[in-house]
Amino acid sequence: MPATIETKGNALTYETIEAEAGLKAALAMSRADLVDAVRDSDLKGRGGAGFPTGMKWGFCAAEKADQKYIICNADEGEPGTFKDRVILTRFADLVFEGMTIGGRAIGASLGIIYLRAEYTYLRPHLVEVIQRRRAAGLLGHDVCGVEGFDFDILVAMGAGAYVCGEETALIESLEGFRGEPRNRPPFPVVAGLLNNPTVVNNVETLASVAAIFAKGADWFKTFGTDKSTGYKLFSISGDCDKPGVYEFPWGITVADLLKEVGGEGAKAVQIGGASGVCVPARDFARALAFEDIPTGGSVMVIGPERDILDVAENFLDFFVEESCGQCTPCRLGNVQMLEAVKLLKKGECPPAFLANVKALGATMQVASKCGLGQTSPSAFLSILEGFGDEIANRAPSA
Amino acid sequence: MATTTLQQDQLRTEVEALVEKLGPGRSSLIPILADVKRRFHAIDSETMQTIADVLDIHPVEVYSVASFYAFLHGAPEGQFVVRLCGTLSCDFAGKDAVADALKAELGIDFDQTTDDGLFTLEWASCVGMCDQGPALLVNDDVHTRVTPESAREILAACRAAAVAKEG
Repeated sequence: MPATIETKGNALTYETIEAEAGLKAALAMSRADLVDAVRDSDLKGRGGAGFPTGMKWGFCAAEKADQKYIICNADEGEPGTFKDRVILTRFADLVFEGMTIGGRAIGASLGIIYLRAEYTYLRPHLVEVIQRRRAAGLLGHDVCGVEGFDFDILVAMGAGAYVCGEETALIESLEGFRGEPRNRPPFPVVAGLLNNPTVVNNVETLASVAAIFAKGADWFKTFGTDKSTGYKLFSISGDCDKPGVYEFPWGITVADLLKEVGGEGAKAVQIGGASGVCVPARDFARALAFEDIPTGGSVMVIGPERDILDVAENFLDFFVEESCGQCTPCRLGNVQMLEAVKLLKKGECPPAFLANVKALGATMQVASKCGLGQTSPSAFLSILEGFGDEIANRAPSA
Repeated sequence: MATTTLQQDQLRTEVEALVEKLGPGRSSLIPILADVKRRFHAIDSETMQTIADVLDIHPVEVYSVASFYAFLHGAPEGQFVVRLCGTLSCDFAGKDAVADALKAELGIDFDQTTDDGLFTLEWASCVGMCDQGPALLVNDDVHTRVTPESAREILAACRAAAVAKEG
């Protein structure tokens, strides 16, 4: 385990999951039952988009193809997110267990973990865990003695591109192309890597799969809300006393979360990273859940002394840098938004320009091909809405 | 920093060995570029041509991919690429003071390389150390809770490592 990385937080359920319990339980079941079990748990994708995992697996399992793939998306690039780093450091076996179960369920013989270049220091650890699993018969030919079930896992490296966290861009990158998202349909479950049916799941989703098979879908559903089952890891940073990775059941309010991490008194919380929304203090009774504020788990606490426009500027700088450039609304829209923030900071933004930029934001949300472009205006638009007075009352700078 | 014929011959041998290992498909392109970048600290146009020849694709395809990814872009870089995280949490934790210290110590701005070819300074989008900022990467290694002082120590350790390698 890499020694450099100590991240604090609370106790994690993953610590209590017995090694290989999930895999053993899964391999005793039929392939159709595997998909049903995940469907029963109502597990939704932990990367942020929240697509039902069982449904994704079901689509892919239904495809007829000689080759299928399951990809673990470890391109954890959303600003403020680091829970996958912690999972890969401490619970890599659970992730590989989840991939193996997924491979069995959809009929894939190869799994690939796509690790972001910024986490290259984690690669030796992951390779070592994979080798140990091969030696123990948990990967390779006839996994765990199940005749005819061959499954192996490779590590592939990213090369520094936030957009590759988008699943079709990730696949383009694996194929050796620029990480530009594809048009959908077809979806990767039908035509993904090298045109073969492919499931792409987030690191935490796959670890949760292993836990669900170890303890059962009913156990999983004892956590969370009706529409957001289970628990979730949150990456907490910014202006709070105890930043770190915390596990909470879905449905926790922003206020309760802030109490746990020593972030009371915040003026706002950015939830979901650069692509997320900025929640002002008056809305701290809102809940983190798919039915209220959905998130991949990035929570950045913004203290009372911070300039909210600095926050908007930081995220727009990020999107100007990370837009892949394919779609005009995203490529040029973020530049315009950044310009508006800079003018607002100086107290010199003409109302007509601001109105145009707001309308442009709405266009970007509908006219961009992928999640990056669609969500890139969210933070700025939510800041304009939540902090209109603070922004409007700003005195022109000298 | 154009490569010499000797280096090109050596490079071709190495790329061919990599293709042998990774397979002749297009999907070998990014691992090859990453490897070349790691060893030569640049991917010049001759090198792109060599890689294109071995993979049997057009050199513009190689350029297109190399220029897309932050860790692969072709411009010459120093032996040590210092990437300071620019994300909000690292900003709150004091990244600007670290940035100033790095610039002053190296005598360069971001996206520049020192004259001795040792250091390149860049921004990183988010290095995933938001709970322990300010954070930076030096090549593959991550450093957390960096202060202006520790930033200077990190650079000094790189210089010492470079001297040890030469000697």
